[in-house]
Amino acid sequence: MFFTMLYKTPTYYEFKVDRDDARCIRCQVCVRQCSYGSTFYDAEEDRIYNIDANCVGCHRCDTFCPTDCITIRRVGENFKENANWNAWAIRNLNKQANTGGILLTGMGSDRPHRIYWDNIVVDASQVTNPSIDPLREPMELKTYLGRKPDSIEIEEREGKVSLKTRLAPQLELNVPIMFSAMSYGAINYNVCEALAMAAENMGTYCNTGEGGLHKNLYKYGKNTIVQVASGRFGVHLDYLGVSAAVEIKIGQGAKPGIGGHLPGEKVTEEVSKTRMIPAGSDALSPAPHHDIYSIEDLRQLIYALKEATNYEKPVSVKIAAVHNAAAIASGIVRAGADIVAIDGIRGSTGAAPLMIRDNVGIPAELALAQVDERLRNEGIRNWASVVIAGGIRNASDIVKAIALGADAVYIATPALVSIGCTVCQKCYLGKCAWGIATNDPYLARRQNPEIAAERMSNLLTAWSREIKEMLGGMGLNAIESLRGNRERLRGVGLSDRELKILGLKHAGEGM
Amino acid sequence: MKIVYPKEEVCMACRLCEVACITEHSRSKDTIKAYKKEKPAPLSRTLVEEIFPGLSVSVNCRHCSDAPCIEACITGAMHRKPDGRVVVNEYKCVGCWMCVMACPFGAIKRNQYKIEGQGARGKGQGLKIKLSSKCDLCPDRSIPACVEACPNRVMAYEERN
Amino acid sequence: MKYLIIGNSAAAIGAAEAIRKNDKGNPVIIISDEPHRVYSRPLISYLLAGLVTEDRMYYRDENFYKDNNIETIFDKRVTGVDVKKRQALLEDKKRIDYDRLLIATGGTPFVPPIKGKERKNVYTFTKWKDAENIIKLTTTPPFTKEGRGGIKKAVVIGAGMIGIKAVEGLHAVGVDVTVVELASEVLSRALDKDASRIVQRRMEDAGIEVITSNEVIEITGRGDLASGVVLRDKKKIKCDLVIIAIGVIPNTGFLKESGIKINRGIVVDEKMETNIKGVYAAGDVAEALNIITGEKMPIPIWPLAQRQGAIAGDNMSGGDSVYKGGFPMNSIEFPGVPTISMGITDPRGEGYESFIKNDSANGNYKRIILKDNKIVGAILVGDDIDRAGILTGLIKEQTPVTAFKDKLLDRNFGFVHLPKDLRKEKLEKMV
Ligand SMILES: Cc1cc2nc3c(=O)[nH]c(=O)nc-3n(C[C@H](O)[C@H](O)[C@H](O)COP(=O)(O)OP(=O)(O)OC[C@H]3O[C@@H](n4cnc5c(N)ncnc54)[C@H](O)[C@@H]3O)c2cc1C
Ligand code: SF4
Ligand code: SF4
Ligand code: SF4
Ligand code: SF4
Ligand code: SF4
Repeated sequence: MFFTMLYKTPTYYEFKVDRDDARCIRCQVCVRQCSYGSTFYDAEEDRIYNIDANCVGCHRCDTFCPTDCITIRRVGENFKENANWNAWAIRNLNKQANTGGILLTGMGSDRPHRIYWDNIVVDASQVTNPSIDPLREPMELKTYLGRKPDSIEIEEREGKVSLKTRLAPQLELNVPIMFSAMSYGAINYNVCEALAMAAENMGTYCNTGEGGLHKNLYKYGKNTIVQVASGRFGVHLDYLGVSAAVEIKIGQGAKPGIGGHLPGEKVTEEVSKTRMIPAGSDALSPAPHHDIYSIEDLRQLIYALKEATNYEKPVSVKIAAVHNAAAIASGIVRAGADIVAIDGIRGSTGAAPLMIRDNVGIPAELALAQVDERLRNEGIRNWASVVIAGGIRNASDIVKAIALGADAVYIATPALVSIGCTVCQKCYLGKCAWGIATNDPYLARRQNPEIAAERMSNLLTAWSREIKEMLGGMGLNAIESLRGNRERLRGVGLSDRELKILGLKHAGEGM
Repeated sequence: MKIVYPKEEVCMACRLCEVACITEHSRSKDTIKAYKKEKPAPLSRTLVEEIFPGLSVSVNCRHCSDAPCIEACITGAMHRKPDGRVVVNEYKCVGCWMCVMACPFGAIKRNQYKIEGQGARGKGQGLKIKLSSKCDLCPDRSIPACVEACPNRVMAYEERN
Repeated sequence: MKYLIIGNSAAAIGAAEAIRKNDKGNPVIIISDEPHRVYSRPLISYLLAGLVTEDRMYYRDENFYKDNNIETIFDKRVTGVDVKKRQALLEDKKRIDYDRLLIATGGTPFVPPIKGKERKNVYTFTKWKDAENIIKLTTTPPFTKEGRGGIKKAVVIGAGMIGIKAVEGLHAVGVDVTVVELASEVLSRALDKDASRIVQRRMEDAGIEVITSNEVIEITGRGDLASGVVLRDKKKIKCDLVIIAIGVIPNTGFLKESGIKINRGIVVDEKMETNIKGVYAAGDVAEALNIITGEKMPIPIWPLAQRQGAIAGDNMSGGDSVYKGGFPMNSIEFPGVPTISMGITDPRGEGYESFIKNDSANGNYKRIILKDNKIVGAILVGDDIDRAGILTGLIKEQTPVTAFKDKLLDRNFGFVHLPKDLRKEKLEKMV
């Protein structure tokens, strides 16, 4: 073990694991928890050692150490100070010099792109319009996603009034928060089940991603949005049949323009059955859908899916936030989609090329503002609901997103963080020590669906409480009243251009 | 009666249940002292069996209603408390391992250590102590240590039929 | 209703406790020819070795009889049973009435007709009294007026369970011991050759002389005191104590004229009842079912005595329990070599399959014996004994082991190796 360490190809490890030997009881809990081969027990010395180069900084070991004797320190500050050639740049470059490969990563971009949420502030009522206390008065977060009619016709027969207009199918959400697409394969069965359980429990939806739906999870179908992606993995009539809605995945914020990639090691027996591909084979979904080269083609697929589901289920189309997002969204809505989902540049992934994740696409906030505005201007905003994804971190982000024009948000990273993920960004290795982004049965057991579902539900409960507080503060008693109400937002420290794109006034400007 | 039932599907073989059991059965009830200082070293009364990777289960005494260990014990050390727990009276136990042989769950451990001292008849300096050691359901706690320590809610402390 | 129990050991106590569960009020009488309240017979070697004090010999505490409202007659022998009159006859001619009788008189040491066996310092080793006598001899200082005591050298005849225990006890208090065994190995009934050898080597390492395939034909001496033995091959060994530990046989002598059916032991049915209604037998004295061989035979071990007693007691007092059978098993530890054996350990005939792991260099040995894909026996020596009970359970339940046969020898063999359903059945349900 040590010999191989003597010659170091320059990779410049990121973390150093310190262990307080006076406290360490050699229980080896840390050794068993580390899935990256960083920690080992030397029986001869009766001591625990670390190969620091292998540590990914996931904090699994120190969370589990029963004597709190592990400290993980970030190293890199010891490189010669340089704004240009910092440790990040040097490390990445060396990795490539070692292997000749594309840099891979996981989760959402960690680059300092401007986070617009943090430059937007929310209004509150003072004197002239009273605020509402959500603990004392009802507060409605219920949200319906789907096409709304341009007008409604009412019929009166024998004194009974009823709706004559036939409404398009809707998704009913108790909270305006859904779990974003995470495919079985990228995450394991236990996490899929937990997401489904939490969605059912909270009256919202989870999303299969492009990995199909395991048969055992059909029972959660009414809280599941099923995806149809370019690889068409696991897509069949039953799959569409059990779902609450169908989502066509065109693109993903973390990797606009490229397809999905699930390495063969992650394609276990069960994954292969669900995806309907051979076990152990790489699951590569093509960059484009090979049957979609225009809005017309997309329309065909949308209607094919509606046809297949008896026009009983809304069809969503998900795209990555790119420069032309507004126009594309308009086309999607006109093509018949009931929901448009837009995934921003900070959107998460199980695996993506680093250069693409960090540099391709635009922030979700800007795309959202533009899409909402465009659809309004075209008078078709009611034809589809808009769902925003990629970079929602807390309840205030959601309040701002809804005021900017979203009907609901998708979250992925927050759901995973709630069950242990420390955003170490090593999902693509399939060795997730927290048992999330891995199909290794040894690691997958680390997620007890019961606990995970409870934690995710707690998160949504907490967030909905906070949303209600903020709504009440604005004197609103329903999330409906905030939707697209940009007047309740102000920008801080943003340029005129940015404000214009966001459709916001700067803080300090009155009504 | 309430005992500890494992749910193997979510056991991740971390063995924190063992650490907790050892701590609970130490004199100091302090993990570091229990492992590093105390002589004799306390034993865990639950055993995490494992086939690496992917299968593990923490096994401890079932407090059988018709306990083979009790009938096998030649000294009467293994006995049932009025609350139903099957426990060892360490003063009586001689370490004959009849109970180890009888327990169909392999839930009894041999606890052996040396102490300074005299045998009953003055001989045997450095006496070898042999005691059987098994789950006592943590009488000082309302929730057993292993149950509370398990990070993945594997262990259920409940009554079943 | 009057319950009478002859004997005051594992089977008797098991029965008395079971009776008291069903019937709190009617008289229960226990008669024993030993003076002690119930003690652990297997502990006599520990007492000899000085490993336990007298107060740790007792199986139940002082108030046991009082708390359970049990009348006792100690230090009195029963000399016969009149099943017609429903009376037990005591050595002092007293008669005790009963409605239900349990015979739990255990075993009595078998003493072969060796010349000189009547000499004074020749003992058997099954009772507290035996241990007490031997302790007296080993602790009395040498060179007293009488010139006896302070024994330095003992010969133990028989290297079975009890013989080995006697050797261990004597050895622990510094007596030089030679053990003579007729068979070619020590513990030949409980172990196989390889396992026996590990134990034997360990004994020899400890300084004990082990003579096998030989026998004592005469105990020689001056006056009534033994001073040596002569072996079949004419070899002479000097000694000042002889212990005969050839074996025990069911203690049924006093029942000869009673009409109670006796074969090798007292014949009982699955309720532990004898051919005479209302008369039960349990423990070493009884001949009950061996579930492995399907035969009825006495299996003189504590756990079965206790269980049979409990079943008899329940049935005597209105219960309805069935004895499903047992099998021999034993845990013996000669210092440093813990040994557990169970069931058939020396398979003869067709259809057996053995898995063996022999690590005798480190004093570890494991052998599992199967028939028809079920475990019928096992021998475990050294650290491999740790989870022996799992095997006991598999034998008892006659679980087919086909699916995990190849794992049986693993040091860590356990529940993870069982099929999932079976494992969950065992671990996730109440037992
Ligand atoms: C030295 C030694 C070590 C042993 N070690 C082990 C061991 O490690 N594990 C194990 O499983 N087993 C062991 N055994 C065997 C175990 O002790 C017996 O199986 C068990 O004691 C049987 O119990 P029992 O109640 O059937 O009879 P016993 O224990 O034999 O008791 C019978 C009682 O009845 C009394 N009695 C007999 N006849 C009469 C009469 N006519 N009138 C009045 N009273 C009478 C006897 O004096 C005795 O007190 C050992 C035995 C000995 C001798
Ligand atoms: S978990 Fe903590 S106490 Fe246990 S071996 Fe690791 S560092 Fe030491
Ligand atoms: S130690 Fe074993 S035999 Fe005794 S009660 Fe517990 S599980 Fe049952
Ligand atoms: S080891 Fe102790 S508890 Fe177990 S049977 Fe022997 S004396 Fe009883
Ligand atoms: S219940 Fe208590 S004694 Fe039993 S295994 Fe758990 S921690 Fe140990
Ligand atoms: S603490 Fe829980 S998860 Fe860890 S080994 Fe024990 S039972 Fe399994």
